[in-house]
Amino acid sequence: MTVDTVGRFERALEGLEVGLERVSAADAGERIERTIDEPAVGAPLPFEGVSLPEGVTTEPTAGELEAARTGVTPVGFAVAEYGTVAIESTPDGAEPISLYPDRHVAVVAESDVVPDLSAGFERLAEGFDAGRDSVVFATGRSATADMGNLVHGVHGPGDVDVIVLEDR
Amino acid sequence: MAQRSRAQTADHIRHLLETEGEAIHEHASASNERRGATYAATDDIEALRTEARAIKEDAIDRLPDLIETVREAVEANGGTVYVADDAADANAYVADVVETRTEENGVAGETDTPSVVKSKSMTTEEIDLNDALAAEGIDITETDLGEWVLQVADDTPSHIVGPAMHISRAEIADLFNERFDPDEPFETAEELTQFARDHLGERITEADVGITGANFVVADSGTIALVTNEGNARKCAVTPDTHVAVAGVEKLIPTLSDLEPFVDIIAKSATGQPISQYVTMLSPPTDSPTLDFDSPEEPITGGDGAETTDGTGDPDRDFHLVLLDNGRMDMREDDQLRETLYCIRCGACSNSCANFQSVGGHGFGGETYSGGIATGWEAGVHGQDSAAEFNDLCTGCTNCVDACPVKIDIPWINTVVRDRVNRSSEPESYDFLVDGLTPDAEEGGLDPGKRFFGNIGTVAKAASATAPVSNWLADAGPVRSALERTLGIDRRRDLPTFQRESLVDWFEKRGGVAASSRRTDQAAARGSGADLDREVVCYPDVYTNYVDVDRGKAAVRTLEALGVPVRVPDLPESGRAALSQGMIATADEQASELYAAVAEDLDAGRDVVVIEPSDLAAMHREYERLLPEASFERLRENSYEICEYVYGLLENGADPSALSTGDGAEPIAYHSHCQQRTLDLEAPTVAVLEQCGYAPATSDAECCGMAGSFGYKREYYELSTDVGERLQTQVEDADTVVASGTSCGDQLETLLERDVPHPIELLAPGGRRP
Ligand code: SF4
Repeated sequence: MTVDTVGRFERALEGLEVGLERVSAADAGERIERTIDEPAVGAPLPFEGVSLPEGVTTEPTAGELEAARTGVTPVGFAVAEYGTVAIESTPDGAEPISLYPDRHVAVVAESDVVPDLSAGFERLAEGFDAGRDSVVFATGRSATADMGNLVHGVHGPGDVDVIVLEDR
Repeated sequence: MAQRSRAQTADHIRHLLETEGEAIHEHASASNERRGATYAATDDIEALRTEARAIKEDAIDRLPDLIETVREAVEANGGTVYVADDAADANAYVADVVETRTEENGVAGETDTPSVVKSKSMTTEEIDLNDALAAEGIDITETDLGEWVLQVADDTPSHIVGPAMHISRAEIADLFNERFDPDEPFETAEELTQFARDHLGERITEADVGITGANFVVADSGTIALVTNEGNARKCAVTPDTHVAVAGVEKLIPTLSDLEPFVDIIAKSATGQPISQYVTMLSPPTDSPTLDFDSPEEPITGGDGAETTDGTGDPDRDFHLVLLDNGRMDMREDDQLRETLYCIRCGACSNSCANFQSVGGHGFGGETYSGGIATGWEAGVHGQDSAAEFNDLCTGCTNCVDACPVKIDIPWINTVVRDRVNRSSEPESYDFLVDGLTPDAEEGGLDPGKRFFGNIGTVAKAASATAPVSNWLADAGPVRSALERTLGIDRRRDLPTFQRESLVDWFEKRGGVAASSRRTDQAAARGSGADLDREVVCYPDVYTNYVDVDRGKAAVRTLEALGVPVRVPDLPESGRAALSQGMIATADEQASELYAAVAEDLDAGRDVVVIEPSDLAAMHREYERLLPEASFERLRENSYEICEYVYGLLENGADPSALSTGDGAEPIAYHSHCQQRTLDLEAPTVAVLEQCGYAPATSDAECCGMAGSFGYKREYYELSTDVGERLQTQVEDADTVVASGTSCGDQLETLLERDVPHPIELLAPGGRRP
């Protein structure tokens, strides 16, 4: 079931031209490192045994945020149906870190990938009850057609990668 | 009301067709196609639309309570709610917030102007917030790329979702090259976007206050939902320490779970995407740290805001929700306009509209809103005059009814507003000629052209009685110019040719019901009839009865050949013509008369068969508003479109070889009819044609552009032709073209310069014959 869900998530992301990698917690740091363009900023990853690679600055200054090419953040959960990741507004700045740099690397536990929007809304409601009541559903890359053609990376990231922690 | 003259209107439309038509058509029709494909690929789309509508109905019903609920929720979160009565009230409040906050933060000195960044919001357009803030000395920058293009060009939005849809890439490049004088001139969309991103990025990082709209506001949690693809709304909302969200009160929905169907459907209806890139759900003030780019060395998480756990967000943050009334609470009390408040501003109605695809929002709109639903919005928020000028462009084709995610009956709202506009007109240049022909239920002051078309049944009766003299007369130069002058009938249009012998007279002369039964018995003896004991009342609509009598005869012969006896009584008008001119009182009277006239037939178990789709649509849709519920249901359940009825007969064993059949693969082009498609009645005609040996290819152009009397009007001649040409290109290669609607057939005959019969004329036994 979970495997299918992640497969569906992967296919949805493919359609959005977003890469997905499945890794174990032990390999996560290394894989994230390979995915990022430096300079990079990040919000701490709340997964046991997984930490951000050396080159990723946490608690960035406004200047570092502005200069960063990659932002790495955990996401609360993901919706396989649409390839959506749920980014929470947290004091450590996950929301701006996922938004300002040109590339966003989203890290999600496999067990937090839910099949469809309804399941996503159940998770959203649980979070709201627990006080996590500001969440962005981000699906694919920032885009606009206002300049005559479809262009990615307008105000938000033009590249997105998703890392799924298989053993979580 | 300052009415434009017909000539001015025609000039304006011609100008829009030339300047904005191409860009609008390209974008709107692409969005519409994607919406159609996405709707079709979504299994539960009907359930989703029904649910979305139900939530809105309930929310608007409980609106005063929801305002109190959201006030409590936002205050508990640490923010403020302000309910603004009107534009001036809202603007003054926002200006005050901006000034106070910039002063508190000490950035507004003598030389420093408070600066605001804004993400797209039609509601702030509605109240002209930008002008109001600028008048207070506040710098305001649009951050949505489309809105920004308009700001640079000093233009107005032409579409709710794609505000700059009417400007092509090349025009934007010219504009930017002139305004910003780059080292290398901009050319591609990528270059333009990159420039905009950098330029606007700076404005955002410097801004004192961020202003957004809200697509939805969840009352019980105080959550603002923002739906965007660019990401600018997120940046505007969370970068400066102060966020002001301006939303109409109608955006309130009760709970988080009510948000789900809207998140699921809004992008599908707007652009055909499964979901938008960013559905931002903020319950501000949020826990995200504020970003002070003036102090680039400070960690963003180092301020007081770090580790907030008290549930009221970063204490540096300030949040204001401005809920705008501006006429909405009155709309809520208005039984006809209330539905407008269910609108989620997705723009699907505009995209699906053939006239909109040609001239865009600058042809359609009132002061702010554009497209079909604009009439409702403008009538509600800016008053009837703003709605009046162009609500005429709605032909009542009902394409938008299928597109709207909350199932708003947009054509009805247009009809209602038209009716109110009619009533508010001053009695003027009263035309005795028209007056004599028009025994309607309307008060004086109605435009003579409207009155003429609204009473077309009486006109047709008189013209038929005097045919062919009336036809010669009508074609004569002086008469055409008089018709153009007084009634606005464009002299380039072919007028209908009235037949001396009406369908009703023809039917009586050939022996009436008795003869029809005899013919039916003969068919039964040959074994070609259906296994059904039915009798039909064939409805002689105005055109079938007096103009296109052949299709009436074909219908009668077809039914008889398939074993069903027919009667063709002289029946009252359906009210369709009156409705299309906004003459609701007349339509109401006619609906009652028609029902009374067929009640006995319905009691006797007879079926009512209708040839003209727009008349059937009146009985199946608008009569719900005009007849008592039981009468409406009874007529609706027992009335059928002619080919739908034939389909039923064939399904019940009638023999198609009794009709004129093709060779099995005879290619023909078939244009259904807008309202017929909304009633899901294209398929039966296609099925019948196939069973009878034809290979029909159906058109998917939104409309023929004639839609009733619309195409006759002088001010719309070019628009009607522009729309018609899109249909023309789809069907012109076929040897045989058939169309179900009178106006569709008329338009196609003019453009193709050949005969375009009704499908029933092709199918009738013996083929097409006089
Ligand atoms: S009326 Fe319906 S289709 Fe039109 S903008 Fe509103 S919600 Fe969308």
